[in-house]
Amino acid sequence: MSSHIRSASKALAALLASAVGLLPATGASATTNMGTSHSGSRVTITFWSAMSGSHGGDLVHLAKEFNSSQSTYTVDVLYKGSYSDTLSATIAAVRARRPPDISMVFDAGTATMMDATGVYVPVYKLMSEYKYKFATSQFIGGAGSYYETAKDQLDSLPFNSSTPVLYSNKPLLAKAGIKAPPKTWAQLANDVKPLVSAGAKCILSATGAYIMWTDMEQFAMWNGFPYATDNNGYDSIKPTLLLTSKPMVQHWQFLGGLGKRGLYRWSGTTVSTVPNFTDGSCAFYEQSSADLTEIEAGAKFPFDVTELPFVAGSPAAPQNTVVGGASLWVLSGAPQNTYKGDAAFLHFLMSPSAQDYWATQTGYVPVTNAAFNRLNKEGYYKTHPQDLVAIRELTNKPPLPYTRGIRIGDLPQVRVDEAAAISNILSGKESAAKALATAQAQGNKVIAEFAAEYGG
Amino acid sequence: MDRTGEAIFRERLLPYALVVPQLAIVVIFFLWPTVRAIYESFEETTAFGTGARFSGLTNFVNAFTVADELGTIEVTVILACLTTALAMGIGLFLAVEVDQTGRGRRVYRTLLIWTYAVPSAIAGALWLFLFEPNVGAGARLLVDLGVNWNFALHSVQAFALLVAVIVWQQAAYNFLFYTAGLQMIPRDVVEAADIDGASRLARFWRVIFPLLSPQTFYLLVMNVLYAFFSSFALIDVITHGGPGNATTTVVYQVYRDAFQNGNTGLGGAETIFMLLIAVALTAVQFRFLNRKVFYR
Repeated sequence: MSSHIRSASKALAALLASAVGLLPATGASATTNMGTSHSGSRVTITFWSAMSGSHGGDLVHLAKEFNSSQSTYTVDVLYKGSYSDTLSATIAAVRARRPPDISMVFDAGTATMMDATGVYVPVYKLMSEYKYKFATSQFIGGAGSYYETAKDQLDSLPFNSSTPVLYSNKPLLAKAGIKAPPKTWAQLANDVKPLVSAGAKCILSATGAYIMWTDMEQFAMWNGFPYATDNNGYDSIKPTLLLTSKPMVQHWQFLGGLGKRGLYRWSGTTVSTVPNFTDGSCAFYEQSSADLTEIEAGAKFPFDVTELPFVAGSPAAPQNTVVGGASLWVLSGAPQNTYKGDAAFLHFLMSPSAQDYWATQTGYVPVTNAAFNRLNKEGYYKTHPQDLVAIRELTNKPPLPYTRGIRIGDLPQVRVDEAAAISNILSGKESAAKALATAQAQGNKVIAEFAAEYGG
Repeated sequence: MDRTGEAIFRERLLPYALVVPQLAIVVIFFLWPTVRAIYESFEETTAFGTGARFSGLTNFVNAFTVADELGTIEVTVILACLTTALAMGIGLFLAVEVDQTGRGRRVYRTLLIWTYAVPSAIAGALWLFLFEPNVGAGARLLVDLGVNWNFALHSVQAFALLVAVIVWQQAAYNFLFYTAGLQMIPRDVVEAADIDGASRLARFWRVIFPLLSPQTFYLLVMNVLYAFFSSFALIDVITHGGPGNATTTVVYQVYRDAFQNGNTGLGGAETIFMLLIAVALTAVQFRFLNRKVFYR
């Protein structure tokens, strides 16, 4: 009897010990346990991604292509959930000292990663160590600028990149007698009346999860005014948000006005807005260029893809947009023999052939100039003019110091505060000026707290 | 002294060995995290856990300035009061009504307990699907009734939806316990009241309800605990705490700050506030309410 209990408690103790052992991991060798597929003597490279569905499949296709092109490394792509989930998982893994080899971190997480010196191996250093040609200037404008450091170096590899564009419902516009999609916000405002008379139930919608990306961050850059002080945070860890600037408030007053009349459709950050456009309800739709294939598949009517409207009279407008999406970070603490493989894989991913496969399959832009030129030469953009709109926006003008991108720590949290303001504006609960001021004050607290964490 | 009734342990270590698994679980899953939370609440670190340093009460202050501790306490308390009152009222009403039906009692019982068998995450997904502003059948019905339904924008709607789901689930649980309680009330007590000429209402409030006080007390504790802690799954599936912080409870805020935003110091401070609230709640419940409970 008692021996039973003893062996049972021994087993339990062993179980607990192994459970405890999982928490504070044992340092450098940890990553070798992460990968599930050990194939012979190959070294496994764990790659945490935020891509599911067809994009996820395309990414796995690229990893497989890399795996079969050489015999030393196996890249193992693991889907870790949404962009936020993947960043949270990466942070948790670093804290537990068992990070993946490569992690996909979305645009808004860039500053959070970049400031965590020591957590990652800067990609520009990695590439030079393994003698791969690598320079910020190889990347298209808006992609290089978004991820470069203050010293113009790339700590991460810009990867899946897109930018918001304007989609317009052609038959609806024709019915209202509108000849072309609006180039400016004033023109779009003028289109409201004829569209409503023609029976349009919804004038405008924008991406669900990233409306603050299209209508705050990119809106500021496309119209050539700063989103935050210190060149949007490029020059300081503690910038101040500039959400209450005149063009921003006026823009949100306009959207709030549409919202109050039921002519603007948005249902929070967790609900996709794509059906609002593809079911024919909304005349105009601001959405990522990478959603082109999804919209093509869903819309049963012809539609236009054009550059985002700009604010007429803004001195610099239209300026340039920047990329949204994600870049790839190589994490520290892995066994030394994996880094050569990381470099080789990243080099493969930025090759024109991989980039062109990625761009044509997914709708993301080719992220290097070489890849874009190759596609252009092949005549791809003659047959797919809609894919060129994003590139035109990204390269419209050389960026100003405050239109290179946004470099704000804990930006995902700031976006949550912005989303709260957007709910209040669109539901008519608060004026644009008041809601934006609240978001700005709250966001500034988040930024100050982030800076304080780094002793700033 | 007669020792035959006592167990005899020859091995002195065996009793300790027997409690070790229990203690280990308590230490690993309750005490250790609590100690960690207290420790980390006095520290400021980066999201990645680097650069940790003592920061005094900064995190506790930040809980009220950077985070919205007061707002989340308010949300939690209102949610607990509303859902407890509604779910217990409905559960009691249904239990009494079903108890008085003759035939079909079993059918009613089974049907009314059903909703509790649905796991929270699934219940959340179900209601989200029904009331999703664009495609939900319930949402369309509300729009047809003239409601400007979009719970992602309107905080009152989001809150009402959350209350509805919790009540939908918890009323079944309350019904179950009240049904059991009603079956335990001796017939003769109720009949004596009848002979004394008590009206139906008087019979219920003067006789039956006091006899149900153990169930009421237990359910009060359980319903409040549900709103405080177990509502997490529903919030995470349906509203994500929004719009704004309209449906962010104390627990959800801890999750967001500590796990999603990686601010363990702030999360630790919020956990301590939550711990204090839980202690206060338990003390109040057992000190004041327990006195009014009539145990047979």
